[in-house]
Amino acid sequence: MKPFFFKNIILPKEGLEKKPAKQGTINMALPKELLSYLLVRLAVIAAILLTWQGMAWLIASPDFPSLVAVIKSLHFHLTEGEMIANVLITLRRALLSFTIAMLLGGLLGIVMGINSLVNKLTDSLLIIMLNIPALVTILLCYIWFGLVESAAIAAVVINKVPTVVVMFREGARAVDNDLLAVAKIYQLSATKTFFKVFLPQLYPFIIASARSGLSLIWKIVLVVELLGRSDGVGFALNTLFQFFDIAGILAYTLAFVIVILLIEAMIFKPFDKLVARGNRCD
Amino acid sequence: MIELNVAIKNKHYQDSQNVVLAQLDFSVQCGEFVAIIGPSGCGKTTLLNMIGGLELCAGQQISYSDSTGNKQSIQQLGYIFQQPRLMPWLTVRENIELVLEPSHYHQIDALLAQVGLANKGEYFPRQLSGGMQRRVSIARAFAINPKLLLLDEPFNSLDAPTATRLRQLLMDLCKQRGTTVVFVTHDLSEAIYLADRIIFMSNSPSTIIYQTHVDLPRPRKESGIAELAWQAQLMAQFPRLLAGHID
Repeated sequence: MKPFFFKNIILPKEGLEKKPAKQGTINMALPKELLSYLLVRLAVIAAILLTWQGMAWLIASPDFPSLVAVIKSLHFHLTEGEMIANVLITLRRALLSFTIAMLLGGLLGIVMGINSLVNKLTDSLLIIMLNIPALVTILLCYIWFGLVESAAIAAVVINKVPTVVVMFREGARAVDNDLLAVAKIYQLSATKTFFKVFLPQLYPFIIASARSGLSLIWKIVLVVELLGRSDGVGFALNTLFQFFDIAGILAYTLAFVIVILLIEAMIFKPFDKLVARGNRCD
Repeated sequence: MIELNVAIKNKHYQDSQNVVLAQLDFSVQCGEFVAIIGPSGCGKTTLLNMIGGLELCAGQQISYSDSTGNKQSIQQLGYIFQQPRLMPWLTVRENIELVLEPSHYHQIDALLAQVGLANKGEYFPRQLSGGMQRRVSIARAFAINPKLLLLDEPFNSLDAPTATRLRQLLMDLCKQRGTTVVFVTHDLSEAIYLADRIIFMSNSPSTIIYQTHVDLPRPRKESGIAELAWQAQLMAQFPRLLAGHID
């Protein structure tokens, strides 16, 4: 989902005018533009679904279930199966490892970006970690820590941390020293300097790594569950695979994608607004 | 009110052997307005950064003392940079709040009105013109009620009427609060208009080649007859002064 609020709504009509920022300029233009935006989105989705259904009829193979079959399966798993429980378990794992990876990676990345000595010492390790296959870390975690929940979480975190570090390091390197000099001259406290002067410069990097992070993490979580857990979406997919239940596999995928889209809309959209603060009238 | 004593010897940049500031010794009296003029690249900004504590060197001795002569560390230092250096993600009001304690937030409205930005508190810096951004940075510097104010060519790249208005504003604020000022510029007529004393620097490695009191009565006029005559006399005496030579 793109941050359509600012591109499509504000700029063409009111971007050139100079208006105070805190007034509700968005709400004025919202309904009409939002409606056409939603219509376009819905039309695209409807076209994809129709193509799917049409191709299923044409191919008429049990390996390619139709949309109707998938929706039936979705309904079945929702009402009679353990889909909701499984999705919630997977979601909990994804969010937990996401939070840990972002905090840990963010901290390491900032330190590496600021301190060239730390960067020199850890740079090679970072490149190695970036390039170790996800599967290897997962297997090693299970072998070393056993088939337990913490091993699963650790495996996901280890996979994600290096990419977070890379993004945050670039962000910390790009920080404007002129603005930090202002903080020093006016003797701002360390917390104020960090949260009001340093961190806002990292927001674009944070949101980029969060966006790419969530999509990477839930994919890895599924592999982790498939290999060594007895619940969650990954485990369910494995079971469905044993029965060759293709409609069931697609139903689970659909359910989880919808959940991720909801998270994107509810958590990342507001953050987008924060990042765009002060940038509206370029 | 604060008095400033500066002694700098052999300052060179990090990772470089070239000396920028060879030897500078001067002091600034309480409430004095000192302008520093030098050719470009002679280390004027470096000098201000050192006074402000942003850069250091081994051979420096920079001290401040209050009007009773007690030495003290500098508490209220204002610095107006060449660029406004406002936080683009904060509104004008938040930019000023940033440098203040919460108990002083109530002064912001009066301050903004004083720099002619009374209704602009909720705007973001990018929504303002360059001159308005300068005024915000002036307001930010005066918000902390500075005892010592450093200015680094704050009015260049502004159109003439705006620069004139901001110079007037600066003089009013300094006079009202008795601020000690060190003002770096390369514009001699600006220095004559504003300063009590002018210090001329040589090319890098820099030393002080000449200093003089501007003994013109206030209020002065920008490019007024007396000011221009004073400037012409100085230039006749030392034709290559602005290029960093005295002969």
